[in-house]
Amino acid sequence: MRFGEVQGVLLVMYRGTVVVTLKETIFDPQGEAVKNSLVAMGFSSVTKVRMGKHIIVYLEAVNEEEAREKLADMARRLLANPVTETYEISLVEVPISR
Amino acid sequence: MTVRFGVVVFPGSNCDSDVYHVIRDVLGQPVDYVWHEETDVSKYQCIVLPGGFSYGDYLRPGALARFSPVMRGVEEYAHDGGLVLGICNGFQILLESGLLPGAMLPNDCLEFRCGWVNLRVDNVDTPFTLEYRRGEVVRMPIAHHEGNYVLDKDLLEALQRRGGITFTYVDESGRATKESNPNGALLNIAGIVNERGNVLGMMPHPERCSEDVLGGEDGLRVFKSVVRYYG
Repeated sequence: MRFGEVQGVLLVMYRGTVVVTLKETIFDPQGEAVKNSLVAMGFSSVTKVRMGKHIIVYLEAVNEEEAREKLADMARRLLANPVTETYEISLVEVPISR
Repeated sequence: MTVRFGVVVFPGSNCDSDVYHVIRDVLGQPVDYVWHEETDVSKYQCIVLPGGFSYGDYLRPGALARFSPVMRGVEEYAHDGGLVLGICNGFQILLESGLLPGAMLPNDCLEFRCGWVNLRVDNVDTPFTLEYRRGEVVRMPIAHHEGNYVLDKDLLEALQRRGGITFTYVDESGRATKESNPNGALLNIAGIVNERGNVLGMMPHPERCSEDVLGGEDGLRVFKSVVRYYG
């Protein structure tokens, strides 16, 4: 649903999800503790658990590509720490009118 | 010799008063609080980023403080050679801002660690450690949840080679053992200094051990060193 307009360009509202997790090379003691509990509960097939952060960002952009670029910039500069963390971005267009 | 200190106050700083007290009442030097919305810190001869939970430690410790207005001024100040001391959360802010290399992870024990540690002073050629002897073991308190220092292997080797490691968690005899490491930090690192030597970050709290009545004076020498540096 298109609703915004800046200098004649229609803007679309997106809901971006940024999932931040520790790099694979970095030990995740929380994930390890949760995994051990799951195994102790009887979920013996669990081999690995990684903990992370799930960040939802609503933003306007002219298209999905621009929204994705903006989210990647946010992730690089603030949402994830490049020394220890990695991130994955997903996007959906949301039907909000105003 | 008069050395003017500035103690930055972020929303959530909680060691600012301790640092202020030590500088004014114990060290006898002029000191101001610097509110996080100020942008020019150039009139000070040493800026201290104190411990606490700036911005509630939201996202990651130091991650939001790094973008506060005062940090633009502090970054400029550091690039001009100004002395910056980051203690605990202040150290985490220096890492997030890139003024020091590396990052902090939650303590490997997953607990908030609060207590006294033994530290070996590995580099006494910084403006913050002139009052120590190389290899000396001192005692200071720690109080943190994210002090598990990490750095990429290549950068870690470079840090080690140039003497960037300033304080190391050790046992009483000065050995960096697994048991003496309170948080899992690489190489038992407790404090580091940048290449130029004007920016130092440390997890232990020197301001909490600057008077005998509080259990020790080993921390006061960090502040005394700064005065001696200018003298």
